[in-house]
Amino acid sequence: MAEVAEKQVAEPIFSKKNRKLLTDPLDGNNPITVQVLGICSALAVTVQVAPAIVMSVGLMLVTAFSSLFISMLRNTIPSRIRIIVQLAVVSVFVILVDQILKAYLYDVSKQLSVFVGLIITNCIVMGRLEAYAMANKPWPSFLDGIGNGLGYGLILVTIAVFRELFGSGSLFGFKVFDAMGITYTGNGLLMLPAGACIMVGIYIWIQRSINGYREEN
Amino acid sequence: MSQPNEKPDFRQSNVYVVMYSVILTVVCGVLLAIAALGLKSAQDANIEMEKKQNILSAAGIKTKTREEAAKLYGEKVVVYAVDFNGNKIEKVDVANLDIAVEWKKKPTERKLPIYEISNKKGEKADFFVVPVYGFGLWNDIWGYVALKGDLTTINGVKFDHKGETPGLGARIATDEIQQRYVGKKIFKDSKLTPIYMEKGEQGGGQRSIDTFKSQDDKVDGMSGATITGVGVSAMLDDYLKCYEKFFKSKLGNDKVALN
Repeated sequence: MAEVAEKQVAEPIFSKKNRKLLTDPLDGNNPITVQVLGICSALAVTVQVAPAIVMSVGLMLVTAFSSLFISMLRNTIPSRIRIIVQLAVVSVFVILVDQILKAYLYDVSKQLSVFVGLIITNCIVMGRLEAYAMANKPWPSFLDGIGNGLGYGLILVTIAVFRELFGSGSLFGFKVFDAMGITYTGNGLLMLPAGACIMVGIYIWIQRSINGYREEN
Repeated sequence: MSQPNEKPDFRQSNVYVVMYSVILTVVCGVLLAIAALGLKSAQDANIEMEKKQNILSAAGIKTKTREEAAKLYGEKVVVYAVDFNGNKIEKVDVANLDIAVEWKKKPTERKLPIYEISNKKGEKADFFVVPVYGFGLWNDIWGYVALKGDLTTINGVKFDHKGETPGLGARIATDEIQQRYVGKKIFKDSKLTPIYMEKGEQGGGQRSIDTFKSQDDKVDGMSGATITGVGVSAMLDDYLKCYEKFFKSKLGNDKVALN
């Protein structure tokens, strides 16, 4: 996983390698559809678009800043307690996000309820810390965190757009079909987590057929 | 932090591990404490405004934003507290009365807030809103019951909960369930008869409301959430009984006959 070699000294901030850190998780190495991490929250908070966006931003900030700090501390962390150290850092950021939401975005924080707290257990965060931040410099680790947050957000928002549009006939709470003068009965299946699971499956299917993915024997 | 590269094994020593965890814990703890203290006033303001919004919403006054609710609340609501015998309690900070704390006391010792909602402060009250508090399946449940001016007919209720099961007991916080209480009567032949939530569910939505239309003291239950339903019924029973003497004295004074 160590794509960025430690030897390079003066690397431009947005070098090709660093840009790749941002764009790779969007498609080829997407945390949800390719690494299959963070599925549970992807099913839970995608009923509407607005909470999905806030959840994505929250996760992106947590992943980016914990990657940054873990990477800065990586040479001091005793390997025996490294998971605990990672968890402590992640928890601090998650609680900060939760507290800020409660203070400034109260409605959204009520909607997201336990899922903000559960970012701590989101496999994407720990996965990136273990696989990348522990072995790379702070800046690339930060970008890796942002990139994976974006990749997660892309899926969440895409799924949420379909679920809200066809599940309840609205987008951001705005009744799209009513505004167009069409009577639309919401598809109840899409409102359930099972509907989201099917949506994620369809997304993976489309993505794999475009990228030409083959299961190895 | 120390320079770990000088001694290769230094980071594996127990002293280092212990020191590292201690420092990490202290730093994290301090950070979180600062954040919690700094954001507390904004969070409390949200909770306070939401409470006002809930009180208005139980009385059928829907507001889009919490700020709007807080403004309307200031214009329409008069709040005071009574005791179990229906007498007004003076010298009590009603706005900061914690229902969760009062609930733990004996019913006869509770301080009981009343929110009188009128078109404009000082006019005759259109609605009387009382808080209710109880226990569901997993944790506390609470809410507001808004009675019409006759102190008998329920105009609306608003329930919330701490940890009922999402999709089952947590449905008490939805409009669908709360609509079932509209129009129910808490007095029957001058006797307090709190509303009972039945077991089972008659199809949900409008069908649930229609099935119990002729029964003034029963509402349809929630499938899969019987215990939460029992908790809601017990909560209404427990709290409305506390207010019984107040309701009766109020009705007596206003010379409105009980049905």
